[in-house]
Amino acid sequence: MKLTIGNIRITDIVLGEQSAVTGSTLKVNVKELEALILEDERIASVCFDVAKPGESTRITPVKDVIEPRTKVEGPGGMFPGVVSKVATVGSGRTHVLKGMAVVTCGKIVGFQEGIIDMSGPGAEYTPFSQTVNLVLNFAPVEGLAAHDYEHALRMAGLKSAVYLGDLAKDVKPDEEIVYEFAPMAKGIEKYPGLPRVGYVQMLQSQGLLHDTYVYGVDMKQSLTTMICPTEVFDGAIISGNCVSACDKNTTYHHQNSPVVEDLFARHGVDLNFAGMIITNENVYLADKERSSDWTAKLVAMLDLDGVIISQEGFGNPDTDLIMNCKKIEALGVPTVIITDEYAGRDGTSQSLADVDAAANAVVTGGNANEVITLPKMDKVIGSLEYVDVIAGGFENNTNADGSITVEIQAIIGATNELGFNKMSAR
Amino acid sequence: MLKIVHYINQFYGGIGGEEKADVRPELREGAVGPGTAFAAAFGDAAVITHTVVCGDSYFGENIEEAKAAILEMVRGVKPDMFIAGPAFNAGRYGVACGTICAAVKEELGIPVLTGMYVENPGAEMFRDKFHIVATRESAVGMRDAVPKMAKLALKLARGEKIGASIEEGYMPGYMRVNFFEAERGSKRAVDMLLAKMKGEDFVTEFPMPDFDRVEALPALKDMSKMTVALVTSGGIVPKGNPDRIESSSASKYGEYCIDGVTDLTDATYETAHGGYDPIYANTDADRVLPVDVLRDMEKEGRIGKLHGKFYTTTGNGTAVKSSAAFAQEFAQKLRNDGVDAVILTST
Repeated sequence: MKLTIGNIRITDIVLGEQSAVTGSTLKVNVKELEALILEDERIASVCFDVAKPGESTRITPVKDVIEPRTKVEGPGGMFPGVVSKVATVGSGRTHVLKGMAVVTCGKIVGFQEGIIDMSGPGAEYTPFSQTVNLVLNFAPVEGLAAHDYEHALRMAGLKSAVYLGDLAKDVKPDEEIVYEFAPMAKGIEKYPGLPRVGYVQMLQSQGLLHDTYVYGVDMKQSLTTMICPTEVFDGAIISGNCVSACDKNTTYHHQNSPVVEDLFARHGVDLNFAGMIITNENVYLADKERSSDWTAKLVAMLDLDGVIISQEGFGNPDTDLIMNCKKIEALGVPTVIITDEYAGRDGTSQSLADVDAAANAVVTGGNANEVITLPKMDKVIGSLEYVDVIAGGFENNTNADGSITVEIQAIIGATNELGFNKMSAR
Repeated sequence: MLKIVHYINQFYGGIGGEEKADVRPELREGAVGPGTAFAAAFGDAAVITHTVVCGDSYFGENIEEAKAAILEMVRGVKPDMFIAGPAFNAGRYGVACGTICAAVKEELGIPVLTGMYVENPGAEMFRDKFHIVATRESAVGMRDAVPKMAKLALKLARGEKIGASIEEGYMPGYMRVNFFEAERGSKRAVDMLLAKMKGEDFVTEFPMPDFDRVEALPALKDMSKMTVALVTSGGIVPKGNPDRIESSSASKYGEYCIDGVTDLTDATYETAHGGYDPIYANTDADRVLPVDVLRDMEKEGRIGKLHGKFYTTTGNGTAVKSSAAFAQEFAQKLRNDGVDAVILTST
């Protein structure tokens, strides 16, 4: 499958009465977007705000981050099986509003939501301090159950991103990138001397705020399966708003899957990107055994020479990570795993909940327990009411000068396990 | 100016080689041998006020006496920092440096630092206990080792933030510290995989540690006379979470009375845990902490009785070191209260 990505650089968002992309400015008709969001009667109200890099702004509690994209040519539409009808995406042409993001926030659903600081020390840990963000701040109707609230927010964020992405349909992109994935036999024929490399992506699937959907399928109900890597660029995988903020993969991360990008960057040069396997992280032991068995089996069936395995979350999924690694290494196929660490606030505790000698090649996104003090910001989008109860917060963590002290696990994307960031630990 | 005590062996102390390895520890004023190089590196920032010189054999064959004598010397000086070595690849010297650093750190609470070659047996024994700077095999590496050790020693003495091992030059294994790499993680993963497939050298960013596995005890045959306690890492707390146990990375555990409680309801209990879907635990906390079932078993005579207190924390994102410390404390309480068996539940 061949997919052309056309990036349209966005450097500013203006809220007003008309929706359009003009140069590098995105104009948003607030009334129209509000009406679209309020079609869902579970949402009582929504406020819009723009947060730009370098501003003294804190956004919290953040649920998801989404990049507006649109299908210009080729089958299917954005977020197939969720917003668009089910149809196989990943080929043709897709336009992207690059440099911006839709950020959903509002009253807390669980404990896992996080913080985005647009400036100061916290900004260095989240990639979304570098994007111009359209923040949707929701209030649910009274008495809405947690699962329904999460669903309402998730859909509102995705629908808004599609609404904005569609504005890019007829805009000429500033840059184009072509990704082409060859069927098995053709790949072997084309790159006879190159090692066949695969990507095993583990998707969080542990329940509320820990779910991931693929073409609308709740991944915890799926067997391990294969996907064409270009499909992820069209929103085939979406976040169900999960895990601690630092190592949740937001929808934005899926749309910009860094391992997929970097394997494509070497495709045909020193490797043959030969397959992508997606598996889940369920909580029952039997599910873990079955899913990791299937992961290894698909690696064997694809005849891969090497595999990168990425994780999502921590603790319980460390078991899935190590099972996948052990079973694939047992086939004689070398692996590299991408994880993060919970080594305690002083960094001297055991980092993972499960380890094995087979996992001898590890990339880490860093220690999520490291403590940081985030200075007071002039503007807060959302509410500071929850900064002590979100994962990474603790009692009395708001200081006299208005700064807050948290573990970096409270910062969106800080220790991302898809390898999105430059942070590591030693 | 910071006061530093430096530990060296009889060879670097100028007493002699193997034939003098049995000399007892002595305290000298000022810097001796490699200490003069440290003194130069410290400049005005710190001064080596005293040097302890001890024979390697004496230390190795009389560990307790040597430790006690040296601790006494250091205690008297009250330094801000204790440095030992560097020992390079000298095995007995490395073990002595490690042993005495561990004792000074633990007993006197003074920051410590040593340096040695990565294959020195002392490195294997102590690299997870404090900072050990990696040096070359022999004393020709003194010129590299001293500036690294001096810089790190000043930071430790001042209580400043210590960078990652790769930045500061200490051995990985003691402390994990975040830092920013030149490339993003996915690119590093692709590079590492290509190297691994080709059989080339690569450096894992997280060497697999020795994992702390606990052997299960043999099953209990008859619990009908036993007092059974419930302990959970599933975060069950009285409604409102009175002790504010964190949703992730718990810094504490809770101890709560369940005398007379036969059932946990949504009006009385909830979970503080942020790592799983809390809805079902909040509706009925017995699903995580099975008080109702144990009350039934108590009535049926299948257990002697349910202990009147339960212990709880959130396992989510909580450092193993913290969990172990909590458990050590409440295990003693359980023992003192005459508890015979414990049921541990997670999430």
